[in-house]
Amino acid sequence: MAKMTMVEALNMALRQEMKRDDSVILLGQDIGPDGGVFRVTDRLFAEFGENRVVDTPLAEASIVGMSVGMAVYGLKPVCEIQFSGFIYQAFHQIENHAARMRWRTRGRLHVPMVMRAPYGAGVRALEHHSESREAYWAHTPGLKVVIPSGPRNARALLVSAIRDPDPVIFYEAKALYRSLREDVPEEEETLPIGRANIARAGDAVTIIAYGAMVRPALEAADLLAEKEKMAAEVIDLLTLSPLDEELLVASVKKTGRAVVVHEAPQSFGPGAEIVARLMEGAFYYLEAPIERVTGFDTIVPYFSREKSYLPGAERIAAAARRTFIK
Amino acid sequence: MGRKRIEPSNCTIDYLSILDEYGNLDTGLEPEIPPEMHLKMLRAMLLGRRFDERLLDLQRQGRIGTYPPTKGQEAAHIGSAILLKDSDWFVPSFREMAAEIMRGRTMESALLYFNGYNEGTIVPEGSKDLPMAVPVASQILHAVGLAWAAKYRQTGEVVMAFFGDGATSEGDFHEGLNCAAVYQAPVVFVCQNNQWAISVPLARQTHSETLAQKAIAYGMPGIQVDGNDILAVYAAAKEAVDRARDGGGPTLIECVTYRIMMHTTSDDPKKYRSEEEVECWRQRDPLIRYRKYLLQKNLITEQQLIALEEEIKQDIQAAVERAEKRMQELGNPLDQFDHLFAEMPPRLRKHKEALAKELAEAGREAHHG
Repeated sequence: MAKMTMVEALNMALRQEMKRDDSVILLGQDIGPDGGVFRVTDRLFAEFGENRVVDTPLAEASIVGMSVGMAVYGLKPVCEIQFSGFIYQAFHQIENHAARMRWRTRGRLHVPMVMRAPYGAGVRALEHHSESREAYWAHTPGLKVVIPSGPRNARALLVSAIRDPDPVIFYEAKALYRSLREDVPEEEETLPIGRANIARAGDAVTIIAYGAMVRPALEAADLLAEKEKMAAEVIDLLTLSPLDEELLVASVKKTGRAVVVHEAPQSFGPGAEIVARLMEGAFYYLEAPIERVTGFDTIVPYFSREKSYLPGAERIAAAARRTFIK
Repeated sequence: MGRKRIEPSNCTIDYLSILDEYGNLDTGLEPEIPPEMHLKMLRAMLLGRRFDERLLDLQRQGRIGTYPPTKGQEAAHIGSAILLKDSDWFVPSFREMAAEIMRGRTMESALLYFNGYNEGTIVPEGSKDLPMAVPVASQILHAVGLAWAAKYRQTGEVVMAFFGDGATSEGDFHEGLNCAAVYQAPVVFVCQNNQWAISVPLARQTHSETLAQKAIAYGMPGIQVDGNDILAVYAAAKEAVDRARDGGGPTLIECVTYRIMMHTTSDDPKKYRSEEEVECWRQRDPLIRYRKYLLQKNLITEQQLIALEEEIKQDIQAAVERAEKRMQELGNPLDQFDHLFAEMPPRLRKHKEALAKELAEAGREAHHG
């Protein structure tokens, strides 16, 4: 197994799926000879040519709108929105069409497409390049929202997303692109969409996170283990929608305590929905109010201040401790 | 250094009119159309017109919901869509009813749609038609995607996309034309310029002299035609479809027509336009003009026209009856949960079960009450 960054693992997933199926078409801005601004499509243009790796005009609605047409035709477009902060120019194509073509036509037409976009803060980017607005998509009926947390699961989930018969929003944390390496097997590996993963087993408190927040959640679990001898369970959602509430509820029934972590703003964020599901499913098992550690309800600050905005291990560990204060 | 004039190669557009409102015919431009195709177009226009009138009546009787009438625009969408093969793609907005029916959408489907049933957006099995698109101009990009795919698969399929004058102000129109030209995609853009986007007239929609000239900026041919002259629409569309099929890329056709009726049945055009203007356009009715032409060419007789009207009346009546019967069988509210995904996610199943329970309880209460 080769040690890979998330960028390399995603690149491998794309290359293998393109080899396997000539209906898989990549399209986006600068994804051709340039290989994408983050190099996720590196060398694919040379390998597959301009009809498989399609550089588009600088127009997000075109990328998504054309993909809808291509998917209806029977192709499997995998489009790249260069930064999720610019996906709003395609919002209507996602909401009005990608998400509802199957429903509108009672299954006659459907839109098997993947919309990849880098999201999140922590890489000292320019403004509009650091947001986490996955809640928009999780709020939209008809979409699946997948957010991997590392190279290996990113590769396996991207393969599953490409093979999925429905539109998938695939958010890739920029902070994870090159910051860690993992063993990623060359042979095919998939992960089911809609299933979370227990990243670390424990029985004292459940910490729920996804994407770039899984790492600080695990670090918080380390802190709790060191300082309080407390075994926190860390759940990595992997898919935000549909949410694997079964796993979450089972964990919280066991621990009686929960901390929900995301870098998206707090109000009406994914954490609110997760808390509501836990209240439905595990209310009588709760020993303390559920804590949320999230981005603040402000714009992600320019990068000189972004560190203060992002949830970190200390903040998460502190929230976990609060669940023990009676 | 210095300032010099650049003269892009396609900086002019044509205006095409072959059969005018007074029945004058430019025989030099008259397209060769086989008699059976003429009859197909006439039937489609006439059926479209009568069905449109019936839908308006049904709306006024409260038997369907909000409806956007098509009256007066039949030549623009029939004269163009007739050029498509069954294997070509038809991408409508929501004012191409006559063409939709000609392409194979059933009248029942339209009746179901305008009565609020999803079954009205199911396109027939094997059909290459997209369902109506309500968000203005958004469908233009789907047409480009379809055309890109057809070119990739080298099938020779052509895509035709429809939209109105208002759509030319939307970003998706500009993006769509731009992309289609960049990829030389086999797509024909048909703008039904009916002069009004609800209450906003064309002059408030654009400062361009024509809509067709917008093609120039994207590096594709554009042509403006008398959209109430089916011969002109046909001639322009034939040229465009042939070009697309031969690998010559996209074309923009502006069909100058007029929205004789209201935007939708919820709209009152008296608030924003004069009766004189509407009357003036009634005189340019595409159906009257075409009928006269066919009679003069001895392609149809008065008797045949009467018989055709009767046949269409019966077809419409039968469709209305079938649709109203079908609606009694439909209406299971639990259908709203189906077909959102290939596989129903657990939470959605819960919602379905909750509504099923609520309905069952309501049913029991009604039964015992």
